[in-house]
Amino acid sequence: MLYREAGDFKTSYRDDGQTFPIRLDRVAYYAVLIVAFLIVPFVINDYWANAVVVPFLIYAIAALGLNILTGYAGQVSLGTGGFMAVGAYAVYKLMTTFPEINIIIHILLAGGITAIVGVLFGLPSLRIKGFYLAVATLAAQFFLVWLFNKVPWFYNYSASGQITAPTRTVFGLAVTGPSTSAAAKYLICLLFVFILAWVARNLTRGTLGRKWMAIRDMDIAAEIIGVNPLSAKLSAFAVSSFFVGVSGALLFSVYLGAAEVGEAFGINKSFLVLFMIIIGGLGSIFGSFAGAAFMVLMPVVLKNLLVGQFGWATDLAAHFELMIVGALIVFFLIAEPHGLARLWALTKEKLRLWPFPH
Amino acid sequence: MKRKFIALLAAGIVAASPALADLVVPNLSYRTGAYGANGTQYADGFNDYFTLLNERDGGIGGEKIQVPECETAYNTEKGVECYEATKDSGALVYNPLSTGITYQLIPKVSVDKKVLYTPGYGRTSAKNGTVFEWIFNAPANYWDGASVAIKYLLDENGGDLNGKKIALVYHNSAYGKEPIRTLQVLAEKHGFTLTQLPVDAPGQEQKSQWLQIRRDRPDYVIMWGWGVMNQAAIQEAANIRFPMENFIGIWWSGSEVDVKPVGAQANGYKALTFHGVGTDYPVYDDLQEYVIEPGKASQGGEHVGSVLYSRGMYAALVISEAIRKAQELAGTPEIDPEQLRDGFEQLDITPERLTELGLPDFGPEIKMTCDNHGGSGMSRMQQWDAKAGKWNLITEFTEPDQDVLKPLITEDSEAYAKEAGVTPRDC
Repeated sequence: MLYREAGDFKTSYRDDGQTFPIRLDRVAYYAVLIVAFLIVPFVINDYWANAVVVPFLIYAIAALGLNILTGYAGQVSLGTGGFMAVGAYAVYKLMTTFPEINIIIHILLAGGITAIVGVLFGLPSLRIKGFYLAVATLAAQFFLVWLFNKVPWFYNYSASGQITAPTRTVFGLAVTGPSTSAAAKYLICLLFVFILAWVARNLTRGTLGRKWMAIRDMDIAAEIIGVNPLSAKLSAFAVSSFFVGVSGALLFSVYLGAAEVGEAFGINKSFLVLFMIIIGGLGSIFGSFAGAAFMVLMPVVLKNLLVGQFGWATDLAAHFELMIVGALIVFFLIAEPHGLARLWALTKEKLRLWPFPH
Repeated sequence: MKRKFIALLAAGIVAASPALADLVVPNLSYRTGAYGANGTQYADGFNDYFTLLNERDGGIGGEKIQVPECETAYNTEKGVECYEATKDSGALVYNPLSTGITYQLIPKVSVDKKVLYTPGYGRTSAKNGTVFEWIFNAPANYWDGASVAIKYLLDENGGDLNGKKIALVYHNSAYGKEPIRTLQVLAEKHGFTLTQLPVDAPGQEQKSQWLQIRRDRPDYVIMWGWGVMNQAAIQEAANIRFPMENFIGIWWSGSEVDVKPVGAQANGYKALTFHGVGTDYPVYDDLQEYVIEPGKASQGGEHVGSVLYSRGMYAALVISEAIRKAQELAGTPEIDPEQLRDGFEQLDITPERLTELGLPDFGPEIKMTCDNHGGSGMSRMQQWDAKAGKWNLITEFTEPDQDVLKPLITEDSEAYAKEAGVTPRDC
């Protein structure tokens, strides 16, 4: 009744092709943006920023990146953690070597460096597919972690092998380092999320995105209709790695502040991001966000409910948390194999007919 | 339905906070994951000592102590979340039992003005109180441990380690890498060669490292391990028949859970420690009466008296003594973290005081000042007796080689000060 297409007339192709063709969606989108940019920064506190919102935003970027590669271009990757580490170490080297240059430029450069590394490791994708490619990217994961552990130059020869983000400012406001306010952390991440999600959305519905999807759906057919697999696959690796690199750079510099490659960017991180896109929905921008929210929020919510509200012992709660999250993943995938994004789409379908379904 | 769900979600995200006005000492523990077996015992000792103070003395200076627990699973991201969730509840001091989490928290506590107490772990150069105002790591740190281990080996070899080969098997993380710098300097000073053998976390897989040890035949092996890595290493050492008495672990590699799985072959394995072990101390009578018998022991009290339980208890003891000192200095039982920092800086736990607390000769004397946040650094050696199933102390408390350590600590803390933009305080 409220959520409907009726009366929403489109008079140009431009209108027809917009991301949110239904008025209510558009309104909701702008409302979310206004709330996110103008209201949340004033009410956010350290706990919400550090435990919930900032990790959600950063993982959303990583999930977007992996979704481009796996969801849109069909190239399975288990190297996400390693590529995030490239972003983190790149931004660390850049911010300590060129302290006078703005951190935003460093983060973008870190994404660029990751893109180059991603293309290098994407080369095998031209010959191998599916599980075989997953194993090749797994090698990237282990190689990169080993590299950052082994070569002291990457961590500026610090005694412990840890990298620590010094304080850097944007417009005089600290965005990295310990004195960063919750709002500054949040805003810098939100800015990157907004821009990158916008870029991802527009890339995936343009020529490049269509090439990726053609390769995903059937690479031989794609080649016959004139899609160059070399450029399509490598561009998917490049764009995806750029996103993942930016998220790694933000994870280290804005969120964690100090990181150790084996722990912060281990194989677990690769699986975490892969789970995010599988649960959220492969080949969907909304799915990347939904998956990241699910995987970041669920453990925090369960932990606080079980320990905070019900007063359970912390270890019991931690074990239950693993079981519940695991069970929920299985449940969601059985109920809807195409992820939360598909569930959301179905809800919207039903809403259009509500309250008079045929 | 939907609204209810959202309300539940919101309730779930906002952590429940303890009532204000009590002394809050959060316990960032880990009872799950690859390090859970070790973390559980430490957390139990930590909880039980505060329960004892609450039950027997009604808290410290009449103020009850609250120990909200938060599970970190030895994971830095969860550790940060735990810190953020508890810091606004009036928390005074943190003891995360993880060098990785410590590195995360050092800049944060310095801004939020909370005390970080990291006995026997964390960043070694935090000993320099002029740079690390809020961090304390007495009674001993990793470099102290490395130095005491080498000193012990010097004693065994009549003061000469020239030409000896020593291998360091370490957890490939910030924790395991800490002693390398000191050991390198000591190798130069005493003329032994140091081989570094990193083991990737969690450390179940060490075949190649021990193959290398079998090939190189080092005279001694020193280990910086934690969690499952310890027992795997001791098992591998037994498999290649490496003489156990030449195998020395840091204090984090010297608990019952590390040696028991290996059985009789672990006999003779040595490890450092900075406190006593076992239940032959008068404090355990009180603990039995006030905590264990009424059923108030943390998780049923099954680990009472073990090495890591004792260490957790010892950490709680030092914190409680610092709180007591702070109350004395501030003249009020309700102290804030700033006053607690002053309490730590003027802390003096003498052997007499330890006896009064029911733990005679349990730990070294701890005396901290504004510029020395690390105490004396003394530790002693213990050896595992597999037949009796207990650790025996085999040396007295030994001083580390401060001539070597002091310049290293100054150098590292100054590097940190420069990197983080900290101006060292005057003391």
